[in-house]
Amino acid sequence: MSAGRAPRPGSGRAPKADRAQLPVPGPTPAFPFPAIEKSTLPNGLRVWTMQHTQVPLVAFTLLVRRGASSDPAGQDGLAAVTADMLDEGSGDRSAIEIHEALARLGAQFDTDIGSDATVASVTVLSRFAQTALQLLSDIVVRPAIREEDFLRVRQLRLHRLAQMRDMPGAVADRAFLKILYGPHPYGHSPAGSEASLAAMRVDDVRAFHARAIRPGAATLIAVGDCDHAAMVGLASDAFADWTGSVEAEPRDGGSLPNAAGLNVVPRPRAPQSELRIGQVSVARDTPDYHPLVVANTILGGQFVSRINLNLREDKGLTYGARTAFEFRRHRGPFVLQASVQTSGTAKAIEESLGEIAGIRGPRPVTPAELELGIAALTRGYARSFETGEQLGRAALQLALYDLPDDYFEQFVPTIERVTADDVSRVMARHLDPARLITLVVGDLDAIAGDIGALGLGEPTVLPPDAF
Amino acid sequence: MNIPFTQHTLDNGLEVILHEDHACPIVAVNLWYHVGSKNERPGHTGFAHLFEHLMFEGSQHHDHGFFQPLQGAGATLNGSTNADRTNYWEVVPSGALELALWMESDRMGYLLPALTEAKFTNQRDVVLNERRQNYENRPYGLAPMALLAALFPPDHPYHWTTIGDIADLQAVKLDEVRAFFRRYYHPANASIALAGDIDPDRALALVDQYFGEIEAGERVGPIRMDASLSRDVRIQFEDRVELPRLYLAWITPAMFAPGDADLDLATDLLANGKTSRLYRRLVFDERLATDVSASQNSREMMGYAQITATAAPGHTLAELERVILEEIARLAADGPTDEEIDRGRVQAETQFMFRLQTVGGFGGKSDQLNAYNVFLKDPAYFRKDLQRYQTCTKTSLQATVNRYLDPARRVTLSIVPNGGVSLAAPDSSAAVVS
Repeated sequence: MSAGRAPRPGSGRAPKADRAQLPVPGPTPAFPFPAIEKSTLPNGLRVWTMQHTQVPLVAFTLLVRRGASSDPAGQDGLAAVTADMLDEGSGDRSAIEIHEALARLGAQFDTDIGSDATVASVTVLSRFAQTALQLLSDIVVRPAIREEDFLRVRQLRLHRLAQMRDMPGAVADRAFLKILYGPHPYGHSPAGSEASLAAMRVDDVRAFHARAIRPGAATLIAVGDCDHAAMVGLASDAFADWTGSVEAEPRDGGSLPNAAGLNVVPRPRAPQSELRIGQVSVARDTPDYHPLVVANTILGGQFVSRINLNLREDKGLTYGARTAFEFRRHRGPFVLQASVQTSGTAKAIEESLGEIAGIRGPRPVTPAELELGIAALTRGYARSFETGEQLGRAALQLALYDLPDDYFEQFVPTIERVTADDVSRVMARHLDPARLITLVVGDLDAIAGDIGALGLGEPTVLPPDAF
Repeated sequence: MNIPFTQHTLDNGLEVILHEDHACPIVAVNLWYHVGSKNERPGHTGFAHLFEHLMFEGSQHHDHGFFQPLQGAGATLNGSTNADRTNYWEVVPSGALELALWMESDRMGYLLPALTEAKFTNQRDVVLNERRQNYENRPYGLAPMALLAALFPPDHPYHWTTIGDIADLQAVKLDEVRAFFRRYYHPANASIALAGDIDPDRALALVDQYFGEIEAGERVGPIRMDASLSRDVRIQFEDRVELPRLYLAWITPAMFAPGDADLDLATDLLANGKTSRLYRRLVFDERLATDVSASQNSREMMGYAQITATAAPGHTLAELERVILEEIARLAADGPTDEEIDRGRVQAETQFMFRLQTVGGFGGKSDQLNAYNVFLKDPAYFRKDLQRYQTCTKTSLQATVNRYLDPARRVTLSIVPNGGVSLAAPDSSAAVVS
């Protein structure tokens, strides 16, 4: 309908709505992913910029490809404490003074620690870009790492760990990694443990910063109204004195533990059971990545997934259930997670195991499911690239996982080529029902009888402070 | 900076706001119903939110769930309920705008024929599980219930939480749900905003085509009820927590009312971030607490401000209370520093720019246009909203703190570990929470 012929709203002259069928969406508009311009400084720091001019903001993300998996044996939590110590003072300036400097810019500053990466990010009004970049450098390159600050930060983290004992989701996440991976570099949460933190010294943090937070493992991503050459100039000024070589990445070492099939961390009188089902599965660089993404979308990656429709919409056992392949640089876990009402614990486990087994072959995805899963992943792809932060996060994926420059252009066509056979094949290859491990954080007295009858063997009971 | 828009009203009363932004080939559809938990009555709480769930279970002409066709079109979608309003949104590729309008209009006009006892029972179970997950089985999760119940009297619409009481949820009948829909879910109680890659004339024509046929319904008048505290209400309860936590709360001005922005800035400079006064004293210097935070929770009738701090092991909530009251008294006596005012202004500017980045979702441009329209009848309020923060002064902030953060009229809530009543702030009586 052209603008000139649009009737006055509410005039009753509008064409009547046809409710006999749903409107068929028009073609998905083409959306060019913004180009990333790349340079590398003499010290090895990669500087990537993306143009994004909708609002007068610039978002800086500094990725260092070393994270909690680089924690030395017995020092779980070291990378996280090091990340905490970055903004606790620089040169002569105290932690408070650094944060006052950020606050004067209205900056949004954050650090994040993952298994494979440490990330510091700062977003400011464009007019403060240069000052913010200098501050980011002070924070990441020249943290003071003073003992008195370390003792305070460590104490806060110890308090946090104590509080996490009461959070069923946090208990489940920590316990599940340990059960799946054991002593493997992915076998602990970045937060570490009370024992490892108690044994940690400030020199450990200084040493970790010296060997891991180095330019050779780092990428600075700037998204905003920023000219590439000018931004490289600013980055050169701010980061020129960042030197030193970086230690090797941890290897995907060793064999995995032979864990029990059914595990319980007791939480007496809990109204819900916190449920985790999964296994160590596959790395980000798997050639099966795209079929696995489609398969997971259908199994547990969207509201209308098999798992959520079953446990929530059919049985009302939970507020929501989902699955994910946590793709990492090495083999990451596949995890199903849900909080289910205590009385429905055994039923939820049985149904979940049934759904995981089913999609491997016995109940292959239907053409309608495949079409929906692919459409959900591809048609709305453009909305993942709307804000500066989203663009920064997208570029970070390329930098962290060594993905090619045309990765985002190729995503949609690659997903569209996935077939139902591909889904069955990759799920059969990367999920093994015989190796699936179940963990419940819940009221053991209330559920013991039911879950004992599932045929998964006697539950192994783990004390809450074992992690 | 602003959010340019055009505004229209259909004959049935539906308000329509259109904002063009072609940066990304997507459109945000954002629909507000001016109904929330404050429209509920004692004994019937949790209703507005439970109803929101039922809106995703299918309507007369598409009775197979709400998500599937939209996700198949590449949409993301959600809804939320708070005390004052319920919102629903989709962000769709530009070519799927008509589908989203079809779906939203069908559930506005034709929900009841598809509403069954089975759907109702299922979603009540889901909501009870939402309540278990987010409140009952979470440390300190029952704090909102205790705070609101102490701040507002039993017949006040802000006395209860949006999730509602368990007994009320279990007692609710399908007929009540039907009556609720007829009363509140119609064009004259709604506002729709479309933001993004649209042709405004065509978008308006489509809205008219799909929503114009729906009957107007009876207008819903505003709810007004005052509330005030006359003393320091001191309560405590035991919970499955490791460390005791203190909550101080005050009744404060409504959203957008004089004093609201001052309290936003005052709570920030008191307790948010490492530069804040209470973080420096409680966490950094004296190490009495592991964390501290504060907020002005603005609502349509009135707001409430809250300061929350968790005691470090070996310390009591009495110690935390003393320091917090000292810092409030110091702010009330001396006002903020020039530097604190400058920081507050530039932080507000940055945050407002952030809010312009996205067309859809919670807090995106379409949601903001609807908020300004529903609460103020002024979708153009964005610039004035930022000005509220830019024009706060030392004097206005100090006067507001003096007037509202009154130590003699507040709620003091202690949540302590099981068996740890001695850690609570002194003279607290046991609160009943469920």
